[in-house]
Amino acid sequence: MAVTAGKVKLDARALRADFPIFEQEIHGKPLAYLDSANSSQKPRQVLDAMTTFYETSYANVHRAVHVLGERATAGLEGAREKVRAFVNAPDVREIIFVRNATEAINLVAYSWGGNNLGPGDAVVVTELEHHSNFVPWQYIARRRGAEFLMLPLDENYEVDLSSLGEIARDHNVKVVATNLVSNSLGTINDVGPLTRWAHEQGAIFVCDAAQAAPHMRVDVQALDCDFIAISGHKMCGPSGIGVLWGRGALLQAMEPFLLGGHMINSVRYEKTTWGELPHKFEAGTAPIAEAVGMGAAVDYLETAGPEAIEAHEHELVAYALGRLADIPGITLYGPPADRRAGIVSFNIEGIHPHDVAQILDLQGVAIRAGHHCCQPLMHKLGVAATNRASFYLYTLPEEIDQLAEGLYTVHKVFA
Amino acid sequence: MNEFDQMYREVILDHYKNPRGHGVLEDADAEAEGQNPLCGDEVSIYVAFGDDGETIDEVKFSGRGCAISQAATSMLTEMVQGRTATEIATLDKDELLEEIGIPLTPVRLKCAMLGLTTLKVALHKAKGTPLPQGLAGFDELELT
Repeated sequence: MAVTAGKVKLDARALRADFPIFEQEIHGKPLAYLDSANSSQKPRQVLDAMTTFYETSYANVHRAVHVLGERATAGLEGAREKVRAFVNAPDVREIIFVRNATEAINLVAYSWGGNNLGPGDAVVVTELEHHSNFVPWQYIARRRGAEFLMLPLDENYEVDLSSLGEIARDHNVKVVATNLVSNSLGTINDVGPLTRWAHEQGAIFVCDAAQAAPHMRVDVQALDCDFIAISGHKMCGPSGIGVLWGRGALLQAMEPFLLGGHMINSVRYEKTTWGELPHKFEAGTAPIAEAVGMGAAVDYLETAGPEAIEAHEHELVAYALGRLADIPGITLYGPPADRRAGIVSFNIEGIHPHDVAQILDLQGVAIRAGHHCCQPLMHKLGVAATNRASFYLYTLPEEIDQLAEGLYTVHKVFA
Repeated sequence: MNEFDQMYREVILDHYKNPRGHGVLEDADAEAEGQNPLCGDEVSIYVAFGDDGETIDEVKFSGRGCAISQAATSMLTEMVQGRTATEIATLDKDELLEEIGIPLTPVRLKCAMLGLTTLKVALHKAKGTPLPQGLAGFDELELT
């Protein structure tokens, strides 16, 4: 298969050479890494940026007067600006470094939800959410005496918006939270109508972009959302760093989430005042080298081009859906190729996903098997778990061939 | 001149040891308190306007912190005397930096700008003049 769609062609084979992890065999087979939605691999550019930073520039940030302190601060703040440009945020002070998208959403749930939700209010999520954008809202809503509502999926696995009128009539909606791309089905959600509806209700719109930012252009101003959460490790960056973007006015008015060092303006026995943004939300020593790595990852993705990455993944999904459709007993979940990111979820009749994944691993194929932190969705699909193959900018069609051939072997083993 | 003398030139140390305009103005027309949370510098600024209610007649400051923050604020009190609130609101930081006249790293720049930033906040609170860059831009800004 030739991957040539889109204005900018992505040369996956050339990009793949940037990733040292592929310079090995697994169980004597070439590695077909089809688990990038779980976590992506890291290019040498990111690894080198972090190593160089540690070897030449490392110290704690913001406080130190010495040269290393300056270099480290420049590294951290330079990464913040790169992320700002990457998501087209209006102001760099709105970029908050956190551990991951989960922490970003918890920050909003605790800090905004914990102070603005009360009895009579409602939080609305969807059946498609990852637990990270489901459980915090369920928990905070319960603690604050607010209602927790879930928009169901329709038969095409897309969010059913038909109940919005009823919800608006019966509830005081304060928060609407959904993902931009589903981590288990790959669905690219058209969040525009939900965003507008949320704002009509006077609610904030919280967008989990953890699965979108690695694979397509995410523009916070075009989305018109109020908060977005992303994770570095899914977008060629290191683990241990993520980003919350929020509207400056909202962040400014919010109470801090974590408290302690660095996030203060002044501390007295009687009273402590909070630091300016983004420091108010960055208590403790930051993940400094991780931020530098995330900045390098942003550079890497911008060089490859988010539009080209998206086009590449659409082609891979179309190819995979075609290849896998021939596998006996397979059920494929999710929308058509053009409406999903590089994710294909499936089940093989009579064979548990863990067994499928185990046998695939022996053939050098890495996929995810499980509930994908989406138990409400699994419940909807009527399954306990699915197999999920996910693709990225370094994924090649022959890896999908390796998956398909591996699935025939699975059948042989269980025959 | 060695690098120590470059950074801590005579005039800086003089302003630090003998700050001009040091003290508190009771019944000030404008005042604000500023902190540099990164290193703990503190400056409070007090302004009295002349009869036109616009021209700065007297400025005093109190606080504690590093030589750069205190000397820069001391220099600032001399620099702004007789100028209007509007003029100060748009005072370019380079004018003060030129007066300070030493190379400043990003962390020390924050020390050097503390007095000017605090003065601009004081004028903003009293006269509604624009906020300094870095504080402006967000709605519902809380000013201490």
